[in-house]
Amino acid sequence: MRVLVGVKRVVDYAVKVRVAADKKAVDLANVKMSMNPFCEIAVEEAVRLKEAKKATEVIAVSIGPKASAETLRTALAMGADRGIHITTDLRTDQELGSLSVAKILAKVAEEESPDAIILGKQSIDGDFGCTGSMLASLMDVPQCTFAAKIDFDASTVERETDTGTEIVKFPGLPAVFTADLRLNEPRYATLPNIMKAKKKKIDAKSIEDLGVELSEGNEVLEVFEPPPREAGILVEDVDGLVDKLKNEASVI
Amino acid sequence: MIYSMCRNFADTELAPNAAKWDKEHSYPSSAVSQLGNLGLMGISFSSTYGGADLDYLAYAIAMEEVSRGCASTGVIMSVQNSLYGGPVDKFGTNEQKEKYLTPFAEGKSIGCFGLSEPGNGSDAGAASTTAVKSGSSYILNGTKAWITNAHDASAAIVFATTDKSMKHKGISAFIVDTDTPGFSLGEKEDKLGIRASSTGNLIMEDVEVPAENLLGEEGMGFKIAMMTLDAGRIGIAGQALGIATASIDCAVKYALDRQAFGSPISKLQSIQNK
Repeated sequence: MRVLVGVKRVVDYAVKVRVAADKKAVDLANVKMSMNPFCEIAVEEAVRLKEAKKATEVIAVSIGPKASAETLRTALAMGADRGIHITTDLRTDQELGSLSVAKILAKVAEEESPDAIILGKQSIDGDFGCTGSMLASLMDVPQCTFAAKIDFDASTVERETDTGTEIVKFPGLPAVFTADLRLNEPRYATLPNIMKAKKKKIDAKSIEDLGVELSEGNEVLEVFEPPPREAGILVEDVDGLVDKLKNEASVI
Repeated sequence: MIYSMCRNFADTELAPNAAKWDKEHSYPSSAVSQLGNLGLMGISFSSTYGGADLDYLAYAIAMEEVSRGCASTGVIMSVQNSLYGGPVDKFGTNEQKEKYLTPFAEGKSIGCFGLSEPGNGSDAGAASTTAVKSGSSYILNGTKAWITNAHDASAAIVFATTDKSMKHKGISAFIVDTDTPGFSLGEKEDKLGIRASSTGNLIMEDVEVPAENLLGEEGMGFKIAMMTLDAGRIGIAGQALGIATASIDCAVKYALDRQAFGSPISKLQSIQNK
């Protein structure tokens, strides 16, 4: 089984972002960037499959500027065999939408013919969480999203839902899986693997070279911070709460 | 990548435990075995002997970040890489490296460096520990003091005088298994800091060391010691930098939180001067 894993370079989860002066985007100048945490989980799952001898090759793919190559190197240091870098100068946090990303990944999948594609369930900048489903749809293959456990032998996935988990059976491979938080705990790259990663291959090509035509359906008009949280009020009892929700906040 | 990995490792695995380990004087064995798995116990050694084939810049970066998380773990790592591992790597024969470098680079065993004595610290050329040739062994007698990793080491690089008339050119270096009969440890020193790492005396009473454990040649000891310390300084400097960074981060955080006279103390002039 050959596995394709998507990795995205995003603002590090610990950074407190600020809106840029023109209010069109988040200010990314000198901000620490890292691999999207859910992508790390996806890579870890793929590498574990290789270690269990269930997968023969793990290919990492990333779409982004030159610096995305570093994100690919991290995937290689975790154990991926080679990387594919689709270069673009479009802002991957807002100018390149989920459908465009899905189209690009579909083209890469067409060329690489992986048996399984594992993505993170969402990226922590856009938080759309659509790419996996859109990709499966474009490829006309099954999708198993929010995976907390994947069993390739039984063809089942345990998915996270709002009320707990459910087990779904997928018809077979190829299929797209999106990784949720509890799927695994990603490893630290060991020094020897960091060294080996330097020698692994990364192929770079632009979106145009790939032959994908994009048209963005959405345009970001404005980016702003949420209003500062105001102090709450104490209510006497449940009736008081219901009264406020109905007559003041008008939500029931 | 080395910097991020070490930093993440230090933030997640070391920093939360550092204060407890220091307070309890407890050897951070779980952290040390993780260091071994990550390749941090043999950073600059050849992969033939379990090392990571990296350079001293990588070592310095790793030392800084690990020490920022936990200074005791940092010093254990530094002694292992530079003071113990360095001499074996640079002057050891292939057999010596297989036995005394590989398991140590993999973090399975810990080493230490025995140069200082109760009577000489800075004046390393006046080693009063002696090594007398006897058949196919050397018999070592003497005491080494303030040895980091003493209580956790399975091997020690010991410097002893083989020819007193040659003064500092008569010192030789030996790899000594710490479970050799006659080898014992002094009490663990109670230090002001880095207390999770053990410091103590190495006491040798007629310790028999096979001749094949001589490192380099007779008389090379002083040179080996000096070269090793030159490299070890880099690791310890990295450690100091890491500790200093963590201290400043801690102090700034406190200055921004701590309120006195109605506002955070960071607004007061003498705090700002710092």
